[in-house]
Amino acid sequence: MNEIKQEDTHKIIERVARESYGRLVAYLAVHTRDLASAEDALSNALVSALNHWPQEGVPKNPEAWLLTAARHSLIDTIRHQKVVLDSEPTLKFLTENSTETTLSTQFPDERLKLLFVCAHPAIDPAIHTPLMLQTVLGLDAARIAQAFLIAPKTMGQRLFRAKIRIRSGGIPFEIPQERDLPERLDAILEAIYAAFGIGWDDMAGADARGRDLAEEAMWLARVLSQLMPGEAEVQGLLALMLHCEARRSARRDASGRYVPLSEQDPTQWSLPLIEEAERHLAGAFQQGRVGRFQLEAAIQSVHAERARTDRTDWSAIVLFYEQLLRISPAIGTRTGYAAAVAEAHGPEAGLAALDSIDPGEVSHYQPYWAVRAHLLQRLGKTRQATEAYDRAIGLAEDPAVREFLLHKRG
Amino acid sequence: MQFALMIYHSPEEFDMRKNDYSHPYLGAWRAYYKALVGAGVYVGANALELPETGTTVRVKEGKRRVQDGPYADSKEQLAGFIILELPSLDAALEWAARCPGASIGAVEVRPLAPEAMRRGFTGE
Repeated sequence: MNEIKQEDTHKIIERVARESYGRLVAYLAVHTRDLASAEDALSNALVSALNHWPQEGVPKNPEAWLLTAARHSLIDTIRHQKVVLDSEPTLKFLTENSTETTLSTQFPDERLKLLFVCAHPAIDPAIHTPLMLQTVLGLDAARIAQAFLIAPKTMGQRLFRAKIRIRSGGIPFEIPQERDLPERLDAILEAIYAAFGIGWDDMAGADARGRDLAEEAMWLARVLSQLMPGEAEVQGLLALMLHCEARRSARRDASGRYVPLSEQDPTQWSLPLIEEAERHLAGAFQQGRVGRFQLEAAIQSVHAERARTDRTDWSAIVLFYEQLLRISPAIGTRTGYAAAVAEAHGPEAGLAALDSIDPGEVSHYQPYWAVRAHLLQRLGKTRQATEAYDRAIGLAEDPAVREFLLHKRG
Repeated sequence: MQFALMIYHSPEEFDMRKNDYSHPYLGAWRAYYKALVGAGVYVGANALELPETGTTVRVKEGKRRVQDGPYADSKEQLAGFIILELPSLDAALEWAARCPGASIGAVEVRPLAPEAMRRGFTGE
């Protein structure tokens, strides 16, 4: 009996940690300007909750309890380090209300400031996403390392270095000025999208690693859209991810084989997710500021139409890609454009679009080779197609994709 | 810098190597090799015979000890290695993940010892 109760308490702690982690870390870090210490303090508070709650019961306001415990932990740390210099305001913040065990008043949600800190231009862009996953969602370094295919020890060191940089580099915990906002927001969106890890839903290059983090990325995007409801690109990113998410189960058949978008059964797609995506996209377009993520979502929206119309309007997709190329001529966009052109205007036109990409840029880029192989095969250039298939297979990481391409190569 | 990708196979995976030339697993390996060469990172590679063909030698107190079988007594055994020229460990892990051996067995990535240390061994 007692054990069951303890298990329940652990579940409650887990849930509170998941829902409140980012809010608590953000609130503590904004005031102490020390992300690493804020996280340590919250970890201590969670350990303390695991010790106290099963016996004493879950407090009425678990979040406030954790905040108070974290504050005490921070005070202990500061006293222990005997840091007197420049910690006066911090100590003041920490001792305020610290005698209360339950705060009745809500504390402000500072997660947006925390997101801007994580994606600050002074921090290596490669660490933006891991930093957000750790500080806002509370994922541990080992799990993040798995998803990013980085040695766990290395990931831990990089996260640590980034936090030192935040503390000693004077990176401000604030929302950027109007003129810097679009660029700074873009860094946040890029980082969330990197966690989602799908961009290649429409060709045989789905990133297997991102799959684990997709839910976390959606969570972050939802948080961001609550915090910045007026930003069109935030809604656009959420719409894009929802569209991709809607097709998740259709991307594998019953025996686990990879199914490309063109061969997917639309009845397998999630209608509620598609509808939610469409609502966000419509809301974004109403604001009249088109951006990269809205255009990518629009492309996925055209694909989703197939569920109703039983056909894909490739010329519409080409038009969206042309707009997208003007904003961001990234290698992925150019490859996607070539694939769309091939469907709309034939494989020769698609191949010509691929040929305009610098070969030096594509030596490691799997989707390029997958599209190239497919188009060469359609043109009956068997020998060249086989070569391209080999490159695509050799660069694939997902065994299901590898098998699919091996089968197509013949 | 150079990295060794050491491919470890289970007995089942060694069995796959014995299959005919058209087996998909071998097809994936050939494609992987082409991708390595195509990306300009390939330095060298080789595959080893089955673990049971190994013989282990020790000299203890001046006496030779010869033992049938591989050195390590584990289920997964070294099956081959690849040497790659890459800018970082991150890049090496990317290539390890693409390696067909990684989706069935395991691939250990280890940097080669620095040039100076290697010279210490060879005297050249």
